Amino acid sequence: MIHLTPWDLVIASGLIILLAITSLLLQLNISRQLIIAAIRNVIQLLLIGYILKLIFNSNNLLLLGTIALVMLLVAGFEINARQKYPLKRWIGFKIGASALFLSSFTMAFLTLVVIVAPTPWYSPQYSIPLLGMLLGNTMNGISLGMDKLNQSVYQQKLIIEQRLMLGQDYHEVIKEIRSESVRTGMIPIINSMAIAGLVSLPGMMTGQILSGTPPVEAVKYQILIFFLIASGTGFGIMLAVWMIAKRLFDDRQRLNLELLRVKRSY
Amino acid sequence: MSDLTVKNLNISSILPDFSQPFDFLVPAGNCMGITGPSGIGKSVLLKALADMIPHEGKITLGDIESRSISAPQWRKRVALLPAESQWWCETVGEHFYKDQHIKDDWFVFLINKLGFKVDVMDWQVAHLSSGEKQRLACIRVLMNKPGALLLDEPTANLDKENRILLEAVIADYQEQHQIPVLWISHDREQLERVSQQLLSLNKGKYEMSQIEQSTGGVS
Repeated sequence: MIHLTPWDLVIASGLIILLAITSLLLQLNISRQLIIAAIRNVIQLLLIGYILKLIFNSNNLLLLGTIALVMLLVAGFEINARQKYPLKRWIGFKIGASALFLSSFTMAFLTLVVIVAPTPWYSPQYSIPLLGMLLGNTMNGISLGMDKLNQSVYQQKLIIEQRLMLGQDYHEVIKEIRSESVRTGMIPIINSMAIAGLVSLPGMMTGQILSGTPPVEAVKYQILIFFLIASGTGFGIMLAVWMIAKRLFDDRQRLNLELLRVKRSY
Repeated sequence: MSDLTVKNLNISSILPDFSQPFDFLVPAGNCMGITGPSGIGKSVLLKALADMIPHEGKITLGDIESRSISAPQWRKRVALLPAESQWWCETVGEHFYKDQHIKDDWFVFLINKLGFKVDVMDWQVAHLSSGEKQRLACIRVLMNKPGALLLDEPTANLDKENRILLEAVIADYQEQHQIPVLWISHDREQLERVSQQLLSLNKGKYEMSQIEQSTGGVS
């Protein structure tokens, strides 16, 4: 495998800076976010690189658990970070983190114990990348689904209230918005499954091939990962969307927009 | 045949100005007009009666208290017709249980009485005028056969001819089923026509008064 030097990365970072300058000139309001994300990216990845090195050598379950917990907490927070009509902080975090936990951790555990079955089952070389991919993709899906749900409910407030006034049950009123939200969250993973191999070579498989794994082995792993991510994302979104939709109505089936961080109005 | 009784209704959590709780009774078959300056809380009061917003106190229709039945059941009985109706599907018919309704005499009666034909069910919502929406919303709410009606400026978007039609339909329904009606309006003459008592809202307070019946009822 050809090793990358720091200079190789400096050249690549030049492209990001060029993009930032261009968008600044065009007043696209994205340069700041782009630069911050790029810097975070470098620091976080370097950090995890060294942590992985450490943990691969120790095989310590407690250390592994701590890292998994940190990953979950960060993902739970980030789910709510870029929403147009975000949920109140604590509720948003609680719902996001529990939906993530129930979907990603279950999938990862199932895979480690039943499918891949390394020894020990929590072997960091398998468990951390697996959990990371699951959490990252599920987080994306949940975040998109939540955004769609909250935005639709906020914008259709009057229609929802009208339907409640006519004596419709909240399940019936929210049904369509709920399924649209799940669909929105699922689009990215369905897209990437559909085009994999034809348009794009998935990142994990590419990585394995670059590091010398035989292509067919890499493909088998990639299929496994796709199926895990799709199911994890799907169940995660459903959980989150159902939990939020329920809380958007109070015990007397009144729309409760106070759940969102927007001004209240009657 | 049930009175609508409101005891100690407190909506000050939404309208902090309104610390005085509401106590009133609208007898079966009677109508209470509601007036007051814009933004004072007339619509909020009706929303509370339909259990659409949190409130304290007791609202009863006959011997049924609002909290003793599910919210959707209550809202079908104590039906609120909002000032501006909302429509969420492409065609009018999708907002009704079209196939059952078309065989329903009550439905056909309402449609005809308010100046439509049954083919209105195939009309596009996007092409409706505000007056047409208002009349159709009235039919929609009456199809639930409510036991009490809460009307929020029901004729605000109507010309004189249609206003008379709608007043007549509501008066008929009220008379036949002996239901209590609450009617928000800025039109004093209209309230004198349709109601027997008047609730006037004013800064943080309300007053009740009787209306001298003008001759002839609905014109």
